[in-house]
Amino acid sequence: MAKVAAELKYSAEHEWIAADGSGPSVVGVSAVAAEALGDIVYVDLPEVGSTVTAGETCGEIESTKSVSDLYSPVTGEVTEVNDDVVSDPAVINNDPYGAGWLFKVTVSEEGPLLSAQEYAEANGGEL
Amino acid sequence: MTENYTALYEEHKKLGASFTDFGGWQMPLKYSSELAEHHAVRKAAGLFDLSHMGEVWVTGPEAGAFLDYALVGKLSAIADGKAKYSLICNEDGGIIDDLITYRFGGEKYLVVPNAGNAPTVAAALAERAANFDVTVEDASAATSLVAVQGPKAEAILLKLTDESQHALVTDLKYYAFNELTIAGQDVILARTGYTGEDGFELFLPNEGAASLWESVAQAGEEFGIVPCGLASRDSLRLEAGMPLYGNELSLERSPFDAGLGPVVALKSKEGGFVGRAALEAAKVSGSKRKLVGLKGLGRRAGRGGYPVLKDGNVVGEVTSGQPSPTLGYPVALAYVDVEHAELGTALDVDLRGKAEPFEVVALPFYKRQK
Repeated sequence: MAKVAAELKYSAEHEWIAADGSGPSVVGVSAVAAEALGDIVYVDLPEVGSTVTAGETCGEIESTKSVSDLYSPVTGEVTEVNDDVVSDPAVINNDPYGAGWLFKVTVSEEGPLLSAQEYAEANGGEL
Repeated sequence: MTENYTALYEEHKKLGASFTDFGGWQMPLKYSSELAEHHAVRKAAGLFDLSHMGEVWVTGPEAGAFLDYALVGKLSAIADGKAKYSLICNEDGGIIDDLITYRFGGEKYLVVPNAGNAPTVAAALAERAANFDVTVEDASAATSLVAVQGPKAEAILLKLTDESQHALVTDLKYYAFNELTIAGQDVILARTGYTGEDGFELFLPNEGAASLWESVAQAGEEFGIVPCGLASRDSLRLEAGMPLYGNELSLERSPFDAGLGPVVALKSKEGGFVGRAALEAAKVSGSKRKLVGLKGLGRRAGRGGYPVLKDGNVVGEVTSGQPSPTLGYPVALAYVDVEHAELGTALDVDLRGKAEPFEVVALPFYKRQK
């Protein structure tokens, strides 16, 4: 069963956010989502300096089998994107909560977020 | 629709497969990574459960003549021990299914349709048999089908075959079959497949399927065999340019649109067959769209249903597409207006609102080195 990292918060659309309040927050996709997608082969991320809106699409993730929209869990300005996952998207499958992070954002407003426990219960992940 | 389970379902569960519904069957989609499974078949070997496919026996004095009438090919002309790819069409020339027919003798044939179509094909065959001295028996539920595909497939099966029967494996030509004993099971061993690699398909009664599966997995370990799900099966067949019923083939498409004109025996069959008049007319009138291969020039893949564009106008539709694991670029099969179907034609695929460049290329996308 896919892991749900306990220290993170999650959106219903399977993005996680590491919001410790100091500096920009880091956004990625959950292991549950990465596993459901299959081997990820392409990611399209928002541009640095652009504004993302909670609950709205800000990119896409493509696996061998399917394409999914990437939704931002928060509203804010993108400060950095992970170029490593753009050049090697398999990193998202291998380490979704670590090296497979997607972008960093200065949060102006959070969308509705779930605790790790709530997310795991709703999506069959393992804490 | 009730779910069907193959005799190997418990094996798949043990291996941690994720399942998907395919033609009413719960089938393994993948066991670990579909990319790893794909590469294993290209470089070593893969083990597939294809027991969802149908097996319909046609026996009796008029078996050959009956199949010539029921299918579009001339099946009576196959040699004993050989197989032939064919289609079953309706009176309008629409494709009910594509299938492989194995000839055991003049009075005994095995017809193998696709999973979701097996009941329809079995019923159509039974109906068409009314005026022939033949028996049509749908043995799908009692028969398992296991495929061993990849460059190491032969070596793996030889390990499980008595030396006295090795030649039955090694001398087997593509689209030919033998009956022999492998890993203690009496099987029909065919050198056929849906991956573009050398490989075999093994038919046997359900009772022996799990034992055979485990024997092949164990014998293949030193060669790097891995169990493979339908995800890799689909990417492998796509690279090999092989059509999938429901994607490239359907009741709405004629065999000529799909590039399968040579499969329709209009010349070599003198008698009538189901769909003949409509297919003759379709051949004369020509195709408006035909099936082509598309190579993506960017990184993003076209998917089934995406529009194909020329100068912003819709000129076709993708039927299957994904990034090719072996080639490293997106590939797709698409029906395209014939005036834009020439090799080298630059086209775009509408990827969710953004036009991405593709080029018409020759099929198959991938051909193994012999």
